[in-house]
Amino acid sequence: MAIALRQPSVIPGFGITLGFTIFYLGLLIVIPIAGLLLYTLQMSWDDFWRAVSDRQVVASYKLSFGASLIAALINLVFGAIVAWVLVRYRFTGKRIVDALVDLPFAMPTAVAGIALVTLYASTGWVGQYLNVYGIRIAYTQIGVIVALTYIGLPFVVRTVQPVLEDLDKEAEEASAIMGANRFTTIRRVILPALLPALLTGFALAFARALGEYGSVIFISGNLPFRTEITPLLIVAKAEQFDYAGAAAIAAFLLLLLINGLQWWASRRYR
Amino acid sequence: MTTLNPALGSSSPAQTRPSAHAWHRATEEPAWLRRTLIGIALTFLTIFLVLPLTVVLYSAFEQGLRVWYEAIVEPDAAAAIRLTLLVVLVVVPVNLVFGVVAAWAIAKFEFRGKSLLITLIDLPFAISPVVVGLIFVILLGSQGWLGPWLASNEMRIIFAVPGIMLVIAFGTLPFVARELIPLMQQQGKEEEESSLTLGANGWQTFWRVTLPNIKWGLIYGVILCNARAMGEFGAVAVVSGRIRGETNTMPLHIEVLYNEYMFTAAFAVSSLLAALALVTIAVKSFVEWREERARTAQQN
Repeated sequence: MAIALRQPSVIPGFGITLGFTIFYLGLLIVIPIAGLLLYTLQMSWDDFWRAVSDRQVVASYKLSFGASLIAALINLVFGAIVAWVLVRYRFTGKRIVDALVDLPFAMPTAVAGIALVTLYASTGWVGQYLNVYGIRIAYTQIGVIVALTYIGLPFVVRTVQPVLEDLDKEAEEASAIMGANRFTTIRRVILPALLPALLTGFALAFARALGEYGSVIFISGNLPFRTEITPLLIVAKAEQFDYAGAAAIAAFLLLLLINGLQWWASRRYR
Repeated sequence: MTTLNPALGSSSPAQTRPSAHAWHRATEEPAWLRRTLIGIALTFLTIFLVLPLTVVLYSAFEQGLRVWYEAIVEPDAAAAIRLTLLVVLVVVPVNLVFGVVAAWAIAKFEFRGKSLLITLIDLPFAISPVVVGLIFVILLGSQGWLGPWLASNEMRIIFAVPGIMLVIAFGTLPFVARELIPLMQQQGKEEEESSLTLGANGWQTFWRVTLPNIKWGLIYGVILCNARAMGEFGAVAVVSGRIRGETNTMPLHIEVLYNEYMFTAAFAVSSLLAALALVTIAVKSFVEWREERARTAQQN
């Protein structure tokens, strides 16, 4: 049967490798996710709606979406500048800077979380100077944005960088020959070419921020209605054995995320 | 004026030079803008990458090596480190085998449903860690679907080590596969086909032809998988039950210490994971540097 599904090849092992891949993915990924969705479908509509529309939960959606959006926008702007600088300019230590961009991918979120709250607390290295001007970051919504910016930082840089490296310099030269100044060339030639990569990086950073837990819960202080993110409420409900409530919110979040992923994929392959 | 229109200037060769200057001005940014952009980029990265890393290392060693060492060998911390190592010793090899097998099926064969399979492999990236934990609590917890059956067979998965392994396996499943699939697709299958035509069997071809080609990508995939497995937090927080000395992994132990205001100890344990993160990105740049060198060598 497998033979009919594939093109002929002399390379062995198709049946067993595909079989194992499907088996492992099915057992570890597909069945458990289907289980969560079935579990939510078992709930009555009233219970589901009560869980996802609770005032405290709605406040957390607002914070999670708003902070994720702002963090992804910050990463869009600064990520584009970082990618540009890393591809186009030469400066000492560039290799190390380039490598460091991946740090948020490799750093455990709990470590990032306690590092950020220590920096931005009113006695911290950064917080004490901001405190003089009355700016508070730790235990406020700004703190949530800071943490989400940290964990989303690599996405825009790493999606834009390869596109910028492959970008044809001839288009820029042609634009210059035809009399465009540098600003016009950047706006009319370079930016349109980078736009798909910028949007992809933005969407990835946003999706990652929406589900983030570890790096946020320390700096946010978790004040009900003010600095509680949605993933925190899922954990809180699970710890109180309110699995139905947690599952309803999780299914809500999951559906939104999968929609986001579809949006991203459709942009990517259009 | 002469700089912009050298053709109208005198015939001396020196006068034709400024056109290069005008050319640079039209295809490059002025020096002040270049310096400003580099400054903005470096400031942004210093605030968000260098400062958090520095504060971890500084706080860990602030009170001296001795205090750092005692925080690491303290029984609960040592138990957390042992548990974390045990978990990655099981999870990483399983996901390594899965990654190689999946990449072989996807890169070496053409079949229907391939893109769906790749989407499924990517799925753990798109799911919040806390949702991963919740999924397994609902399926296997004492009040979950399989809970009563597991209890009657005296098997404990949630609030025990197997549950921690499951959620970490879920979260780190894509790393090796995602590293190998593009690499193996790019390398094609001609080398394997010649090896097989020359009489080698499938295993010999894999060990002698494929594996040496993917060695560095594989090493990076494994190291990244390992770093993420050791650092996994949200999913483990839901399924572990946080039993001190028993089901606390290193990140959970860091949270416990932090919440008990034992900051130096929290940062001491954190410094081990931060060091692992640094090793991970160092290996990544090394692997990329090798690939770059191989590419330029091919072109010459």
